[in-house]
Amino acid sequence: MANIRVIRRRIRSVRNTAKITKAMEMIAASKVRRAQQRVLAGRPYARKLHQVLGYLAAQYKEMEDVHPLMQVREPKKIMLVHITPDRGLTGGLNSNLNRRAAQFVLEQKLPTSVICVGKKGRDFMTRHGQQVRAVFTDLGDRVTVADLRPVIRILTEDFLSGAVDQVHILNADFVSAMVQKPAVRQLLPLQAPQGAEAQGPKVGYIYEPTGPEVLAQLLPRFVEVQLYQAMLEATASEQSARMVAMRSATDNANEMVQDLTLELNKARQASITSELLDIVGGVAALEG
Amino acid sequence: MATLHIEIITAERTVLIDDVDMVIAPGSEGQLGILPMHAPLLTVLGPGEIRLKKGAAEQSIAVTGGFLEVHDNHVAVLADAAERSDEIDEARAEEAMQRAQERMKLASTDVDLERASRAVHRAAVRVTIARKRRGGQGGTPGGRPPEA
Repeated sequence: MANIRVIRRRIRSVRNTAKITKAMEMIAASKVRRAQQRVLAGRPYARKLHQVLGYLAAQYKEMEDVHPLMQVREPKKIMLVHITPDRGLTGGLNSNLNRRAAQFVLEQKLPTSVICVGKKGRDFMTRHGQQVRAVFTDLGDRVTVADLRPVIRILTEDFLSGAVDQVHILNADFVSAMVQKPAVRQLLPLQAPQGAEAQGPKVGYIYEPTGPEVLAQLLPRFVEVQLYQAMLEATASEQSARMVAMRSATDNANEMVQDLTLELNKARQASITSELLDIVGGVAALEG
Repeated sequence: MATLHIEIITAERTVLIDDVDMVIAPGSEGQLGILPMHAPLLTVLGPGEIRLKKGAAEQSIAVTGGFLEVHDNHVAVLADAAERSDEIDEARAEEAMQRAQERMKLASTDVDLERASRAVHRAAVRVTIARKRRGGQGGTPGGRPPEA
């Protein structure tokens, strides 16, 4: 019976799909682990930098107004760094990110230029006719600080030249394997870390060359580290979203195989029954 | 005697944590030696070699720049990039130096020249450290035999 063959073919095809999604799930799982390790490995540096910047900011309060990267201006034009994955199959992550970006741009009611890091964000922005300042794709899932330098150069130059008055970063925060939350943070003007000053040393530091010069060197690093950490969060989020999406795809495929197998058995039995009936009918006709 | 607890960290990883007797670092204002009980200090580092002395043994780490903080016998080096001597590949470091020197010759603008000369400097530091290790500064695990 033709029906049986059709069902067999379906089962084979669904099984193959399940194999692929299972493989993708396992790849994503190993990448999640690595991404999490990288987030952890980057933390001591970020923490120390925060602390040092806290001491400095406490000692040079007036510096906050002086250093160009900390200069607060009335926002007339802003910039958004939109960090998204390059690829799909991540469940709802990409559309959540793009929706959050759209919401942010609309809320601000200010001209916004966008830097897209990742293809999914770029596609979304160009589709909706948003002004895109720059696009960076294929940074891979082992981003280094050096990979991010071009991004940083564009955004700091635009900020320092006054082309934009604020720079925000949008990325997916890795909350847990199941939850990734799009979050917008202000990158520039830099805000001095709060709270760190409380633990500052009692004795004053010796600064070489001078406090303001050290600060001037520290701030660009601080921008880098913040963007780098955002990228790491985004990578961990992407991989864990993909892992979860692929796991449920595998589960669904396996369920489908079960349903189809049941149907196949029923069809087979029906065909056997009807053949038997034919034979019995034939025998009865001969005997009659 | 008090020792210094040193941590060398970059944005990407922790390069080294150790207790040592003395730290010599390439400060922006010149070489800088730090002994235990040093006053609190925060300084900018240039590209160069950080030397750690522990008894008779000495270890080198190449840094491309960064910051150094001393506080309460804790030394924290926030490096832009750092490599322990046993991680440096001498051949690759030399190659990088030659490339950078080429670029320096071809540089047309001041910015290019500035960048290239910094690259030369960085590469030179790595080459020096790699050679020093090969020269039989004992104690580095996995080191090649001297003058192979």
